[in-house]
Amino acid sequence: MPPLTSETLFTLTAVLLFGIGAHGLTQTRHALRRLLALNICISAIFLLLVASGKHGDTDPVPHAMVLTGIVVALSTTAVAISLIVRRNRHRRPPDGGLHW
Amino acid sequence: MALVFDALLALAMLWLAWQGVHAQTLFQAVVSFMLFGLLIALAWVRLDATDIALAEAALGSGVTGALLFAALGQLPPEPIRARRRTRWHRRLLALAWGLVLLAPIALLLYGVLQLEGRGLGAEVNASLSQANIGSPVTAVLLNFRAIDTLLELVVMLSAVVVVWSLGATAPSPLPWLPAPSLPALTRLLFPVFLLTAGYLLWRGEHGPGGAFPAGAVLAAGFVLAILSGARAPAPDGHTGWRLLICLGPLAFAMVAGGVLLAGYVYFEYPPRVAGLLMIGIEIAAGISIGFMLTALFFAAERDHSSQV
Repeated sequence: MPPLTSETLFTLTAVLLFGIGAHGLTQTRHALRRLLALNICISAIFLLLVASGKHGDTDPVPHAMVLTGIVVALSTTAVAISLIVRRNRHRRPPDGGLHW
Repeated sequence: MALVFDALLALAMLWLAWQGVHAQTLFQAVVSFMLFGLLIALAWVRLDATDIALAEAALGSGVTGALLFAALGQLPPEPIRARRRTRWHRRLLALAWGLVLLAPIALLLYGVLQLEGRGLGAEVNASLSQANIGSPVTAVLLNFRAIDTLLELVVMLSAVVVVWSLGATAPSPLPWLPAPSLPALTRLLFPVFLLTAGYLLWRGEHGPGGAFPAGAVLAAGFVLAILSGARAPAPDGHTGWRLLICLGPLAFAMVAGGVLLAGYVYFEYPPRVAGLLMIGIEIAAGISIGFMLTALFFAAERDHSSQV
């Protein structure tokens, strides 16, 4: 059994976070909730990559990969949001109000 | 002691992630998700990944949160579902499935924790002097794996194109924020935003920072300025916007292709001007990222204001 360090702890957290995200992705109905769940999965994978790849000194390669990944995830989220809004355009309430 | 802090952080992250998916209203879910982003930025700091912490706080939590809020204003309220009564044998089946899935996950986790790789840190540090740049992460992003970063910019550009194509055509300024003190405050703060963005851009050469956090700060400044009544041409269809948005990817691609003419390999910077080229790329990319993020936000938001 590996010693309990911050890296081990965050690796474990990443696995649990991915579980939460995957569960949300399949068990929620609203598209925005699914998008949030997907984003949690993505963050979990980043955390797993960096936390499990950290041995002593810092390795810049996973860091650069995660930085790239964050931007790609943001772009994906932006496109997904505009698709969700587009799909719901006809179902807006008539007063166009801010009902959350 | 540090481990106790990490454990509390991990617990808070798990709780917020759960809330981010299952909170009662969408608004609560989005706020929880943004908080989750900020906490994960703290986790990055704990893992010595300050670069990622900056990007996560600025992009993962800030910009994504702004986009989500813009979407919330345009979505109909979530229909309240009657709680379905699940039959006991279905619950039992779900539990069995969960246990079946848990075994390979635990096995994989065990395998990951046993990994003995030493990573590429030593190699990167050994060739850092050839890259003419101080920060290892920036060296990987702009030199060793520059093509990844170019493609990343192209992905972002494609996202802007898609979002613009889906948006409404009617442009409009946004005079709907009823906050009288906001314009004055923005006038005061906007130079600070510009200064911070410039600092982050410069800092990227030798430490955490770089084009992406700088672009996010720049975009935050623009969004604030436009929300408080600064007049800007509607993003889509305006030539200036298009040029500014393409500036980063274009400059990057031109450098990558230009060195071919000088007899080097694709993306091989001539040693004498390598530092200068990378600073140029970083500045162009930072400006473009700022404008792209602003465009993404207003493509989401404009539709709302034009219809209300």
